[in-house]
Amino acid sequence: MKQFAELIRTLDSTNKTTLKVEALVYYFKIATDKDKVWTIAILSHRRPPRPVNTTLMREWASEFSKIPMWLFEESYHIVGDLAETIALVIPPSEESSEKSLHQFLQEIIELKARSEEEKKEYLYENWFSLNYYERFVFTKLITGSFRIGVSQKLMTRALSKATEIDEDILAYKLMGNWDPATTTFTDLVLEENPEDYLSKPYPFYLAYAVKGEPQSLGDVKEWAAEHKWDGIRSQVIIRNGELFVWSRGEELVTDKYPEFEKFINLIPDGTVIDGEILPFPKNEIGTFKDLQTRIGRKNITKKLLVKTPVILKAYDILEWKGEDIREKAYQKRREILEQLFTEVASEEIPLHLSSTISFQTWEEAAKERERSREVKSEGLMLKRWDSPYLVGRKKGDWWKWKVDPLTIDAVLTYAMRGHGRRSNLFTDYTFGLWDNEKEELVTFAKAYSGLTDAEFRKVDAWIKKNTLERFGPVRSVTPHHVFEIAFEGIAESSRHKSGVATRFPRILRWRKDKKIEEANTLEDLKALIPK
Amino acid sequence: MKTPLLAFNQNGIYCEAADVYLDPWKPVKKAIISHGHADHSRWGHQQYITHHTNVPIIKHRLGDIVVAGKAWNETFTINGVKFSLHPAGHIIGSSQIRVEHKGEVWVFTGDYKTEEDGLAVPYEVVKCHTFITECTFGLPAFKWVPQQQVFHDINTWWQQNKEDGRTSILFGYSLGKAQRLLKHLDTSIGKIYTHGAVENMTEVIREIADLPPTQKITRDTKKEDIKGNIVIAPPSTHGSPWIKKMVPYVTASASGWMTFRGARRRRAIDKGFVLSDHCDWQGLLTSIKATGAEKVICTHGYTDIFSRFLAEQGYDARTEQTQYEEENAEQTSKEKD
Repeated sequence: MKQFAELIRTLDSTNKTTLKVEALVYYFKIATDKDKVWTIAILSHRRPPRPVNTTLMREWASEFSKIPMWLFEESYHIVGDLAETIALVIPPSEESSEKSLHQFLQEIIELKARSEEEKKEYLYENWFSLNYYERFVFTKLITGSFRIGVSQKLMTRALSKATEIDEDILAYKLMGNWDPATTTFTDLVLEENPEDYLSKPYPFYLAYAVKGEPQSLGDVKEWAAEHKWDGIRSQVIIRNGELFVWSRGEELVTDKYPEFEKFINLIPDGTVIDGEILPFPKNEIGTFKDLQTRIGRKNITKKLLVKTPVILKAYDILEWKGEDIREKAYQKRREILEQLFTEVASEEIPLHLSSTISFQTWEEAAKERERSREVKSEGLMLKRWDSPYLVGRKKGDWWKWKVDPLTIDAVLTYAMRGHGRRSNLFTDYTFGLWDNEKEELVTFAKAYSGLTDAEFRKVDAWIKKNTLERFGPVRSVTPHHVFEIAFEGIAESSRHKSGVATRFPRILRWRKDKKIEEANTLEDLKALIPK
Repeated sequence: MKTPLLAFNQNGIYCEAADVYLDPWKPVKKAIISHGHADHSRWGHQQYITHHTNVPIIKHRLGDIVVAGKAWNETFTINGVKFSLHPAGHIIGSSQIRVEHKGEVWVFTGDYKTEEDGLAVPYEVVKCHTFITECTFGLPAFKWVPQQQVFHDINTWWQQNKEDGRTSILFGYSLGKAQRLLKHLDTSIGKIYTHGAVENMTEVIREIADLPPTQKITRDTKKEDIKGNIVIAPPSTHGSPWIKKMVPYVTASASGWMTFRGARRRRAIDKGFVLSDHCDWQGLLTSIKATGAEKVICTHGYTDIFSRFLAEQGYDARTEQTQYEEENAEQTSKEKD
């Protein structure tokens, strides 16, 4: 535990990715195999089931620290993280535990079956005999998700450096449902397995947004355009009679899309397709909301597969007949992809081609872009016909030219404290629009991004001075500030009080020039819903 | 109802009997000033009264003002009301203001801390009936460790950065925190460089206290000379072009707010040292108890939470609105904890 707590302390002492990786590499070199397996598990969000519910933990923490419950709760709202609050309010201890990380986790697993009295005693003992960081880590292991500014990707990179095993191979090895209590480090990480290489994806090529007008990109005839689909960017790999589906987060998500199993016998081995997973209910492209019903689920039921099937909208091909063809020109790759598509396409197989469109003028392109919402795309992608498939986000050959978001001017009505990096700062805002009589503000969206840190601080200070009522971490504020809210899509919704759901609402601008009377009405918002 | 000895009005904390204000936020005729931070000593009063160590500090900040310096415990009477200044331990020259009239005693703390920092004259308990206290860190989550430990950590950090070939940049408010840091840095590790704002204020403080030598970073300062040394700069310089000269560097902030992991991460600072010029939770409770006061008025900080807790402990506690900057974890340009 000492080593792990020290690792967390070191990670907490730097903001630089390279130093975080260094700290992790060092840890992976010195820790025992059992501890390493648990560390990998924790940093990839595999944790033992919560042995004590948080209500009890809060009660006990308040009791042990001899402060009233309401004061503990207030402190929790301000600190923003339960484990951190507990670690702070319990009287300090200089002691430190010799027990290892995996011993602690073993105890935590066993704790679940114990009586409430035993659980309380266990927490008491440990809270009072661990120093601040150990106590924080210990409590965090019990309360849940271990978000400490280290992504799974960063952890994998460090593990790769420490073991000299390829990062993508490791990413694959760490997929799936392995149990840290029974898996050994050798099995999980070290063992060579030719299968590992079968699944290996290519790094995705990502586009930058067009700044200003696309005329600056030169002759329109050098560019292929296609609609920009709003789904999950994915690579579908068929090798050796097996299917692998990778999402852009380099997460292996094969199990989530069983409909792609159909590709196996149709698409030849040694094929890697780049495309977008899109929801396809009722034989047409659905909304991102439909797709979310698929993303979140652990078990994909038959019912769900019928209700919200998915398709792959293919736009590029990276490997063909076992050969890496990323160096070939986009035009050439499209020919191969289109050839493949003509050979295999049928009603039954969930493979669609994302068509390319050629334009004679940029004005024509602009017109097509205006149509994006109709065809359920987010705008256009521009790809240079003679470009290779590059790695990562590179300027030059691929551009995204999204449609401008929809916007509306709304009034700040409620604010909530953020969590983690934003704890103790009111950063999560609720916005209202006027009802027909312009008498009442009706909540229509929540947004918590789009302002600069300096603006957030100003709004935060203002909120603290202009609070009307408090409801735990939430405050209602005097209606005073108008913000321009941008969002990508809009649909009717019976689940929202306003009757409207917006997709990805965020703050575009703080309209200091506007008075609340000048904010928009709910009717204005409804007028934006596509008919 | 009789007029209270001190009342909170639109200008500041007002003593009607003496026609004088304590730390007013609007320009007034006569102001008694607790300490030199901008929200307590504002511009535009006709007459200032403050402890004599604070005189050069506020003159530096406010320019040509009419100011009278007083000694600790020196009683001065205005319209029959007795006033005196007592050490608050917050920063150098900071006072609590004691007000006595017809047997009734009120004390206004300004800002204060109970720990001796080696620079400010240590906080002195002043008995009173009504205690007007700040409570910037009035939450049980705040517990300071002795500064000796914190400075050991800071010096170890500096030493390590130096070995790694990096410059250490330590953020602290120009008045108070900067000098406290200077005072306790281990100069055997390397040289101390300063930002202009810190240097100017430090020069003023040198008249009052003994501080290690510092070098102001100017246009002519060579990049190679700074490398591996430590730089003391105001928090507002973080992320500014000024700081680029120090590459490769590591940043740290020394503040009570560094208690929160989120506060450090949000500011994109590498390292947080928990070091405050205010009382922690226990420090506030202990001080209040020691004054023997029955009535407590909370002015700035987590006032609602803190006064509710005090009320539960049997105090007649309440909150008053002031315009002392609600110091919170988010201030970067004027951080002064």
